[in-house]
Amino acid sequence: MLEINNLHANVGDKPILKGLTLSLGAGEIHAIMGPNGAGKSTLGYVLSGRPGYEVTEGSVTFNGQDLLALEPHERAAAGLFLGFQYPVEIPGVSNVQFLREALNAQRKVRGEAPLSGAEFLKVAREQAGALGMDMDMLKRPVNVGFSGGEKKRNEMVQMGIIDPALAILDETDSGLDIDALRTVGDGINRIMRRPDKAVLLITHYQRLLDYVKPDFVHVLDGGRITRTGGAELALELERDGYKELAA
Amino acid sequence: MITAAPTRRDEAWRYSDIAAVEAAWPLPAPDSVIVPAGGSFARTIVQDSGTIHQLDIAIGNGAHAAIHVLNIGGEYGRVELNVTLHEGADFKLGAVQIGGGTQTLEVVTTVTHAEPGATSSQIVRSVLAGTATGTYLGKVAVARDAQLTDSVQSVKAMLLDRSATANAKPELEIYADDVKCAHGCAIGELDPMGLFYLQARGIAPAEAKKLMLQAFVAGVFEGATDEDMLTEAALKKLGDLV
Repeated sequence: MLEINNLHANVGDKPILKGLTLSLGAGEIHAIMGPNGAGKSTLGYVLSGRPGYEVTEGSVTFNGQDLLALEPHERAAAGLFLGFQYPVEIPGVSNVQFLREALNAQRKVRGEAPLSGAEFLKVAREQAGALGMDMDMLKRPVNVGFSGGEKKRNEMVQMGIIDPALAILDETDSGLDIDALRTVGDGINRIMRRPDKAVLLITHYQRLLDYVKPDFVHVLDGGRITRTGGAELALELERDGYKELAA
Repeated sequence: MITAAPTRRDEAWRYSDIAAVEAAWPLPAPDSVIVPAGGSFARTIVQDSGTIHQLDIAIGNGAHAAIHVLNIGGEYGRVELNVTLHEGADFKLGAVQIGGGTQTLEVVTTVTHAEPGATSSQIVRSVLAGTATGTYLGKVAVARDAQLTDSVQSVKAMLLDRSATANAKPELEIYADDVKCAHGCAIGELDPMGLFYLQARGIAPAEAKKLMLQAFVAGVFEGATDEDMLTEAALKKLGDLV
């Protein structure tokens, strides 16, 4: 589904990704772990097309398409979803309005009919309910006044509504208490664990992986994948740390 | 009486398109409205053809006046309000100006609290692209015995291009000592991270900008009798800019 080959990327003048190669197949959940500054978030931003993140070498194909040639909104319509580490507050724009516009913009690109207000609200209500989010919060401006945990929960509600083929979740577990972690973990499994979907989980900690069991765990260090293993690799990292692994 | 056309040395015309002002000079006498004591008055001004609107309003004891302005059209558009508040009167202004290309748009107000206990509120939002210039000059004058005056000015401008210009000058002249006169003023750009967030969810760049700008001007026309028409016209103009 996603083929990243020898990816090099700069932020400003600084090289961050230095030859990253990674392949995600349909039905797979991959976790990327690594120390601070390894390039984990950069990978998420490069894949979703954030301005200022410049690819200098390598290629990325997504379902056979050249992902890097697409604008951010086209990548979303192609089925890519980035769960933000720090979801952005947008004063004055309600969640409902934002998500309906987003979903219908994606549907339009795919040649599907737009959802009516009532149809959209039905989907939104289901997804918010499944993630224990009050509908009132969905009517409020995007992320404004939300706690850290509520923002992350809102990312998952958005993911449920948009229903992407590939989710890149950047530290979706940070800032969550134990109950919220379980809710978010259940959400990821429910929405994304399907034979035709894939997930790239970017995380620092093993604990999310207790709920969302990865098929592969990769260690990202110095801008490239330095080790790949199964779910047990995360446990090993948790026990020994990255330094031990690098030694 | 015909006076000479203003020049840049006149504070109230400092940022104007002087050639356009000269072409329009002499101006007809300003519209004049007297709101009787206890009365209520509302007017919507849509400047969409490059004209100079001048309106004088005297608001009687305990009376209300609400003016909504959409300043969007022509090479040079100016809306000038001279407001005098008597005891316990109330004045509200909600103004949006949206300009692109080489447009020069201005909202110029003088609000005089002549007597005690009057309230005034002015909300002005400008969105400017290209090399457009948008100006708000807002003077609030509080007379010596106009105690318990309560006046608010909220002025914000959004620049869509680095080449656009916003001028904002709230000005207070207060001779009473028991008054509240709040004023806030901000000039900024659209939050790039917010734009990216919207795009990452599938919204095209122009639509993302429009959504954020719509939020920026939202609320200004709240309560206007022509609220829907004003909002629709503002959105259409925003759509032309992004």
